[in-house]
Amino acid sequence: MRDLLLMVVVLTVLSAFSGGLLSGLRNATAARIEVQQLKFVKGPAIKKILQGVSNDPIADRFTLKDGDIERKFFVGKFDGKANTVVLESSGKGYGGDVGLMIGVNVENDTIVGAGVTTHSETPGLGATAKDNPAFVSQFKGLPIEETFEVTNDGGKVNAMSGATITSRAVCAAATQAGSIYKKLKPQLSEKLKEFNK
Amino acid sequence: MAKTLTQEFTKGLWEEIAPFRLVLGLCPVLGVTTTIENGIGMGLATTFVLVFSNILVASLRNIIPSKVRIACFIIIIATFVVVTELLMQAFTYTLFLKLGVFIPLIVVNCIVLGRAEAFASKNSLTFSIADGLGIGIGFTLSLAALGAVRELFGANNLTIWTTPTSIIGIQEVFGTNFEPFTFMVQAPGAFVCLGLMLCLMNLVGSK
Repeated sequence: MRDLLLMVVVLTVLSAFSGGLLSGLRNATAARIEVQQLKFVKGPAIKKILQGVSNDPIADRFTLKDGDIERKFFVGKFDGKANTVVLESSGKGYGGDVGLMIGVNVENDTIVGAGVTTHSETPGLGATAKDNPAFVSQFKGLPIEETFEVTNDGGKVNAMSGATITSRAVCAAATQAGSIYKKLKPQLSEKLKEFNK
Repeated sequence: MAKTLTQEFTKGLWEEIAPFRLVLGLCPVLGVTTTIENGIGMGLATTFVLVFSNILVASLRNIIPSKVRIACFIIIIATFVVVTELLMQAFTYTLFLKLGVFIPLIVVNCIVLGRAEAFASKNSLTFSIADGLGIGIGFTLSLAALGAVRELFGANNLTIWTTPTSIIGIQEVFGTNFEPFTFMVQAPGAFVCLGLMLCLMNLVGSK
């Protein structure tokens, strides 16, 4: 009986201790990790989407509240006018969430570009979504408020071969981005006016 | 049979060098050693986990009930692996991107659990630290050596460390006309390379 109790106590204390340690460390490093992600993963993706901007989209970022979630927006200025925003969304892929950055022109609500950022898809198959410009460039020029689907499901996005689930995840992420955009559009336009001053 | 502290440390560097002598922990050995840098990074991450798990296991060895010891060891190891993962994300993000899934896999690296079970749970704290350091450094050196061979022939480079602005190491070792064997940086090349190195180690050791 005493043995049994000791086992339970030791395991519980050990688990509680490690849980506490990890959550503490996670909080302590969260800000730094975000900066690193912006610099190495999201930064390059944003720069690719907003080619030829006159400002630094990473410095000119703001957050808006969507219910309880804070959404980040990166502003791109073309010809001196802040008319483009890049927003982030995600879809469920084969190995976890697939993060997508998508740039939208606020004046005509069309997509200016997209790029996959964080993912844990199969190397060589789903993971190519990140480096394959042909796949994400399909979104360019399409209206953002559409529901995106791969051709198998009756949509008009051609899936990457061998990576239908990842392609669906990217489509879902783009659709989600559309709904976020639609919901926050009024606040978004207000914010952008500040950048145009 | 009592060994000195130095002996416990140095045994991991040659006598019991994990990947070559014991042929343990081969998953990262084969998976990440495409460059010296990856090998060193992976080796240091594993050393960190190994040393700290040894410390904790050795200091708790009289408290942990033997029936649930493996579960306790795994909790301790997993904690330090996540610590490593978070720290790498925060400070060496590019290396983290390259090593990717192999960092969480340190949890199931048999070297780490093996040392906890076979050594740290039976020896004092100082000996366990020496053992962890020795085995860890030996592991790092093996990964770096394998990485060096594979990178040299597979990519014609020797990269020891990359900073955002510069690369420490030699590029284009054999000159620009050398056509790299891409086979060496692919998975089958890892097996062939490891096999040849094992053969070499046995040849040297048998004399």
